[in-house]
Amino acid sequence: MSGPRDRPAIGAGSGGRAARWALTALALLFLGCFLLIPLAAVFVQALAEGAGGYWRAIADPDTRAALRLTVLTALMAVPVNTLVGLAAAWAIARFQFPGRRLLVALIDLPFTVSPVVAGLVFVLLFGAQSALGPWLSEHGIRILFAVPGIILATLFVTSPFVARELIPVMQEQGIEEEQAALALGASGWQTFWRVTLPNIRWALLYGVVLLNARAIGEFGAVSIVSGHIRGQTNTAPLHVEILYNEYNFAAAFAVASVLAAAALLTLAAKAIIGRRVGP
Amino acid sequence: MRGVLAPTHPRRRVLPGFRLSLGITTAYVGLLIVAPLAALTLRAAKIGPSQLVATISSERVLAAAGLSFGASFAAALINAVCGLLVAWVLVRYRFPGRPVVDACVDLPFALPTSVAGIALTAVYAPTGWLGAPLAAAGVQAAFTRLGVVIALTFVGLPFVVRAVQPVLEDLDPEVEDAAASLGASRVQIFRRVLLPSILPALLTGSTLAFARALGEYGSVIFISGNLPLRTEVVPLLIVARLEQYDYDGATAIAAVMLALSFGLLLAINSLQAWSRRREAMP
Repeated sequence: MSGPRDRPAIGAGSGGRAARWALTALALLFLGCFLLIPLAAVFVQALAEGAGGYWRAIADPDTRAALRLTVLTALMAVPVNTLVGLAAAWAIARFQFPGRRLLVALIDLPFTVSPVVAGLVFVLLFGAQSALGPWLSEHGIRILFAVPGIILATLFVTSPFVARELIPVMQEQGIEEEQAALALGASGWQTFWRVTLPNIRWALLYGVVLLNARAIGEFGAVSIVSGHIRGQTNTAPLHVEILYNEYNFAAAFAVASVLAAAALLTLAAKAIIGRRVGP
Repeated sequence: MRGVLAPTHPRRRVLPGFRLSLGITTAYVGLLIVAPLAALTLRAAKIGPSQLVATISSERVLAAAGLSFGASFAAALINAVCGLLVAWVLVRYRFPGRPVVDACVDLPFALPTSVAGIALTAVYAPTGWLGAPLAAAGVQAAFTRLGVVIALTFVGLPFVVRAVQPVLEDLDPEVEDAAASLGASRVQIFRRVLLPSILPALLTGSTLAFARALGEYGSVIFISGNLPLRTEVVPLLIVARLEQYDYDGATAIAAVMLALSFGLLLAINSLQAWSRRREAMP
């Protein structure tokens, strides 16, 4: 991402002054129409009814509950998928075993599966019409249209992020340093904490930032398993949809602006960490 | 059973933690990813092939599939051209605010899709900042198929830029200078020198953008207007079936989508392997 910063742009393909100016303007026009203008619209629309309206929308108990549920979901999904991502990267980048490539493909699969399909599989697994459904309701366990379902769907869609960032970095680093530590008498955990973790910390943090952003923002999969019960199973991205569909546009954009601010923080963190990870 | 070291490391001392890490990973992947997807596949198998074919060949499903494929392809194509342009400008040119622009490219990864959906709808609606001038020119963007393409272009935007950028950074500009000194025109330099080097990355990024667009739900449903047979995409149709408690219908469509995801994942993996071989070449 961060290229050689000081190198002047050379190369005959780069073109003359006029070509540079025109291509830069075209690229900025494209990014403006698709990214910057919509982003600006979120904040302008959020303040359409003034600061008072904005505050009322944010202070609304349903909005607060939705934001709390979103934070709770991220607090569950981030640690679990970080730990499992570390374990997966260790197994895949440090050892050869039969079925390794299949395992990598399965870890990647949630990236290409539609969020709607991700939500549907949990409905089929735990819904009233499923094999498990009657048993679950007999024992009073609610997964679907309740918080556990929301967390499961979020875990599914966010599971690849950490492993995806760590595997290439760990493969490139090789195992010499870890072998040296073990040869000098360090235990396995000591080797991991003192040798492996410091080497991968920026890539790990990068993966966690992406994982967190997706956990906060997941819409499709969560929308199918949540049941949209206000104050109970409504996350912030779902609350945006509910308010919008009630034509309560200013409130919808107010909640959206909170999520957009979180996205901007993610971008800032990503840019800072990305410089350390290197291209 | 213990893991054997990767062949690139000749010393045969085995690191600890193989069984623990592989155990955690297979258990988690098995329970969270394989079991639910197997449940979907089994349920689809129970429906039976004739019923399955009947469900997915209904007029409404075929119309949605046509729109999903067409709009995803159009969005991937727009992203291939404009994403290459953005990557080129970010790597080769220096202008004020470049680091901020670079960081903004990832916005579609960070912004919740429902927020993107209502923002794009507000901007491209007939009264919106960009929708109004478009409407004056006789083009309605929101609530038409064009709106679907706009939303899918948004969600796929970072893929091509981020795939092509590192390859462009590694290109040696002297090769272009050499080509120019041998009398190649700028178009020839692009076609004969630059394009062959970036083609694998460009195809990888475009395929990723296509895969993401095909399954996209949140950012599309607001801007599309959701008219059956006209502006309804496949993921929305699955949701519509579920809301009518038509689990078999939803499952049949989802099973086909899942098979497509597998196929696209395989295509992406082979494209990435091709990119890596290209990069490894001197």
